[in-house]
Amino acid sequence: MNSLRKFIRQFEERVALRIMQLSFALIVLVLGAILFTVLSKGLPSVTWEIISQPPQGGYHFGGDGGILNAIVGSLALALGAALLAFLVSLPVALLMNIHLANRKKTLLGVRFVLDVLWGVPSIVYGAFAFTLMIYLGFRASLLAGIVTVTFLIIPIMLRAMDEALQGVPKALMEASTALGATKTQIAWTVYLRSAAPGLITAVMLAFGRGIGDAASVLFTAGYTDYIPTSLGQPVATLPLAIFFQLGSPVPEVRERAYAAAVVLTFLILIISLTSRRLSRVKS
Amino acid sequence: MNALQLKDWLFSRSTGFLLGLVMLVPLAIGLGLTIQSLPIIKNVGLGELVWGTNWSPMRGEFGFRAFIVGSLWVTVLSFLISAPISLFSALYITQYGSPRLLRMVHPVIDILAGLPSVVYGVWGILMVVPAVSFVGACLGIETSGYSVLAGALVLSVMTIPFVLHMLMEAFRNTPPELKEVALSLGASYWSAVKLVVRQALPAVFSAYTLGLSKAFGETIAVLMVAGNLVQIPTNPFMAGYPLPALIANNYGEMMSIPSYSSAMMFGALLLLIIVMGFNATARYIILKTSAK
Repeated sequence: MNSLRKFIRQFEERVALRIMQLSFALIVLVLGAILFTVLSKGLPSVTWEIISQPPQGGYHFGGDGGILNAIVGSLALALGAALLAFLVSLPVALLMNIHLANRKKTLLGVRFVLDVLWGVPSIVYGAFAFTLMIYLGFRASLLAGIVTVTFLIIPIMLRAMDEALQGVPKALMEASTALGATKTQIAWTVYLRSAAPGLITAVMLAFGRGIGDAASVLFTAGYTDYIPTSLGQPVATLPLAIFFQLGSPVPEVRERAYAAAVVLTFLILIISLTSRRLSRVKS
Repeated sequence: MNALQLKDWLFSRSTGFLLGLVMLVPLAIGLGLTIQSLPIIKNVGLGELVWGTNWSPMRGEFGFRAFIVGSLWVTVLSFLISAPISLFSALYITQYGSPRLLRMVHPVIDILAGLPSVVYGVWGILMVVPAVSFVGACLGIETSGYSVLAGALVLSVMTIPFVLHMLMEAFRNTPPELKEVALSLGASYWSAVKLVVRQALPAVFSAYTLGLSKAFGETIAVLMVAGNLVQIPTNPFMAGYPLPALIANNYGEMMSIPSYSSAMMFGALLLLIIVMGFNATARYIILKTSAK
């Protein structure tokens, strides 16, 4: 009886271990499958023409040109939004961790709201920004897109910066205070410097999210074959370029969607690797 | 008051104001969407909107049931697929894996989590949809492959890195003494691991809840593979039309038909309420358990 129970127990452990290994292998396999499918389908279509030219005449029926409009558009949109979000997030994150450091209840509430905001789907931000845009009489434009994405990435950037600043040793604050520094001085010198790697990672994280998001700018950024020259013009983005071109009945256009997917994936990989490198060098 | 103190005062006041504005964002979104959806709520009635089956914007009929059921299909299916996989992988990585594995896994999870949803959508079209169509054909079910099952598969792949990350955190945050004591009392490694899971149960629950809400709100990838037919799917191989996909698909037309845009904003409001409910619950549990 006892040995049977022991056998069952050992059997359960062995099965569990196999299931765990299998699940883990599955995840690695799927990552490989995603990268392989997207690259093998898209890489052959990535040509210099595609990444260096905006669409020419007849582009959407298989004519000449490329997706430069979407590449530039995505970068401009995400850079603008990351900059705006940075201007809001950095001071607020510093305030939270230095001036409000002793108000635990307030901080709990603030972090709770930020975490809930973090989870709001980007399509909801898009819909909200759209109503705001109509209400204010804006047109779909680079500026409207930037504002929408800013809303979307503020909780992400702010919360990541907050996490980075929470890692700064409390002794630094005490030592600086003892030397007579004001809280604002401590924030902009001591904390800023010692949390720099984490802060950079936060910006890169939000920037990557800004480049990759499609649902929020679907309503607000418009779409155009031209490279925008001012904030008031509509702008194409890479995710939307992929999405729209995939819906085309023309095979050549669909090929370009795959090529655009490769470009987008590489952009995201570069951002992710750079932020990893930057945070490691500093720390 | 000297210049430094003045600077301090200015910074804390102006930034405090900024913080207040950020805190008002959820309220503003909720209020804005509510105001926009009031006309349709008045015209059609809340019950009919949420659970009505008739959908024809041209005739002013707006029943969201097909879209809500479509969303439930992809979300619940994706949960059933991803929940065990992420749980077992997280256990394997944190309880059985070497430190080297742990170091290697982190960048992989980060990359998976950072991939834009449109890339997942492309992968879905290239690989998942044909696979679903193939399996359907083998089972004798007629399907194009664009189905709630395809949507659920893509969604589970998207939520796994997100949930896996949180589960790993949860298991690593359990006190190491727990396992040590169990082992020293003669428990097998696996039963010690089960104790770890029991200890981390609230965190596991909230990780799952956050994963569910992410899946529920995911738009582009699902839109690309779910088929988008206004119908109530009765099996996973049928096409469905999740709520976010509906909103995303109709941004162009909704301005031309009166009350259509109001209906779309109602859809967004519905999405916001459901997702925020999920999120708030999960975050609340995390707060409560981490405060102890």
